[in-house]
Amino acid sequence: MNERLMGEIIASMEEELANGIKKTGIKGNHVWMTVEQSVFPKIAGHIHNSWGATLVSMHAVDNRFISSDYKLCIILALKGEDDFVTLVTSVDSKDTVFPSVTPEIFSADWYEREINDMFGLQAKGHPDLKPLVLYDDWPEGTYPLRKDFAADSRVLRIPRPYNYRNVEGEGVFVIPVGPVHAGVIEPGHFRFSVAGEPIIDLELRLGYVHKGIEKISERMPYSKGVLLAERISGDNSFAHSLAYCQAVEALCNAKVPERSRFVRCIFSELERIYNHLGDVGGIALDTAFSIGAQHAYILRERVMDINDLLTGSRFLRGVNCLGGVWKGIDERGRSKLIERLVMVKLDFQEFYDEVIGTPSVMDRLETTGVLSYEAAKDLNIVGPGARASGIDRDVRRDHPYAAYRDLSFKVPILTQGDVNARFQVKSEEIFESISIIEQALSNMPEGEPRIDIPTPEPGRTAMSLVESPRGELLHWIVSGEGKPFRHKIRDASFHNWRAMEVAVLGNIVPDFPLVNKSFSLSYSGNDL
Amino acid sequence: MSSSNDELERSGRQLEARIKKAFGRSLAIREVDSGSCNACEVEVNALTNPIFDIERFGLHIVASPRHADALLVTGPVARNMEHALMQTYLATPDHKIVIATGACACSGGIFKDCYATTNGLDKLLPVDVYIPGCPPRPQAIIQGLMVALDKMKEKAGHSTTSSKRLLDNDNGASGVAHDVF
Repeated sequence: MNERLMGEIIASMEEELANGIKKTGIKGNHVWMTVEQSVFPKIAGHIHNSWGATLVSMHAVDNRFISSDYKLCIILALKGEDDFVTLVTSVDSKDTVFPSVTPEIFSADWYEREINDMFGLQAKGHPDLKPLVLYDDWPEGTYPLRKDFAADSRVLRIPRPYNYRNVEGEGVFVIPVGPVHAGVIEPGHFRFSVAGEPIIDLELRLGYVHKGIEKISERMPYSKGVLLAERISGDNSFAHSLAYCQAVEALCNAKVPERSRFVRCIFSELERIYNHLGDVGGIALDTAFSIGAQHAYILRERVMDINDLLTGSRFLRGVNCLGGVWKGIDERGRSKLIERLVMVKLDFQEFYDEVIGTPSVMDRLETTGVLSYEAAKDLNIVGPGARASGIDRDVRRDHPYAAYRDLSFKVPILTQGDVNARFQVKSEEIFESISIIEQALSNMPEGEPRIDIPTPEPGRTAMSLVESPRGELLHWIVSGEGKPFRHKIRDASFHNWRAMEVAVLGNIVPDFPLVNKSFSLSYSGNDL
Repeated sequence: MSSSNDELERSGRQLEARIKKAFGRSLAIREVDSGSCNACEVEVNALTNPIFDIERFGLHIVASPRHADALLVTGPVARNMEHALMQTYLATPDHKIVIATGACACSGGIFKDCYATTNGLDKLLPVDVYIPGCPPRPQAIIQGLMVALDKMKEKAGHSTTSSKRLLDNDNGASGVAHDVF
């Protein structure tokens, strides 16, 4: 980010907004603007709408014991550039109200509900500020991420009402599902309102697996934080730990060895392959195409098996560390991996042909669960789900990390936005991932896989974006004494769950699992 | 692969013999995620893929607790899941086996001592078997099930009224439904 671009952004604002900017700063590809609370939503909305920026995160920091206020941050990624704008404003420690951003940027909705839950800061003008996580029996006034709330507190259970959206009319029925589902999946509560067969409304209530991960992270030394990051969302262990490590490495300006950057790419792509294989297999299973599904599950098992062989963990845990990776890939592992990938590639092609050659399957996939480009844009959908609806965004290409700058790959984009489009995007990404691994294996330099990095100094801020199998995820850290002072985690699913509420409308209830599988959403990553 | 396949076959057959002895039929398992990171679910699901294929040893993962002989619980029991977990427990017929699966369910794991979690399943429910691991491998889950079945006989000898008493106190709170998803 350069001065000129920042000047252009400020020049494009109306005078009233530009006057509200109190302080600006540039650090790498980040612009920081400290702005007046009153113009905070308008400036965010202006950059979001006029500059085509996407909302990366919105979060609060309890800074009361340092500057006697709360800080509120919005991070926006500029379109087509590897540049970010962070807007910071202050919220009074007594009068805990701030003007809502949701009317300007629709996807800020859940963020503001989360800030209300966790910090007790109310967004004034928010359409429906009901609890996102702390519902049912959390007493009013419990704000876990405030600094004066002890992490190991035992909170009383005091019932409070929860208002579901009410859909009424002749012949309208409500189907409540969950939190315990029939399949072996994570818990969450869905309310379908149906009129005959078609779904006319879906309300999600998540938060059942809220474990207070952000709070726990504030007491974890950085080295142990890697282990916690691996357990945010089990099947995205590598992506989360990578984002955490990169953020901490950025805090102390450490440069990791070249070799580790390539190794990180290889494991990121292996994670993508086994996740996508599970998703496409799940899509086949939910159309009752069991033969195809089992085919994909065998391949997934083969990939998890090679993970195990290379790292000792089927989930690629214990690989990332601060300053690189614990273990590189030796000659033996390398040839095993190449051998396995050839097999997966050929077999997957067979599976793919099998699926698209079966009309009864394709009939279920096509035109089911359509997410329009406009809806995907307004909801800030990320990952394969966004790319299937025409949004050309991939962190690996747009904000390259690890060794992605040195690798060439295609980002598949489709526009139909239906289950089939998501199936196709994921299938193509599996082939791309295999190609990325092959390139990385042949370009990987020799050398140590890791270096020792110093403990970050307190009071610094860094973030890292990673393209997980589910899409863009963020780790944003303010450093404290040997551990994070504030650690904001935002999984891809936090954005993508909203897509479900839109994509299922007009579809029949039996297609819900299909749509759900095609988006592949994490509950644990969302609930934290 | 072949040696590990033999291993799997051997332990699978041992498990099958135990199931037959204890039940004279298949063993039905209901899985409940009480707040895991999803890795344990991935491994439980892996048990049913064609590689592990536990159904051939007489093990079914069922959709409803009412059809289950055993509850396989993962996660540190998130506060928001306590109620649903209890209801699932009560819906499972006696004499049920309760299996704490994974480090979190065994002790709270990395999430212990936190406002939103409980320090493991045994703080809330009587646990018969603990399967450690983060996550436990599919083979470890099979091993854990064998231990559970060995305990089954002694368990059946001691009739318990505890869950009936719990049921009487349950005033029909809403919010949990078991459905086809």
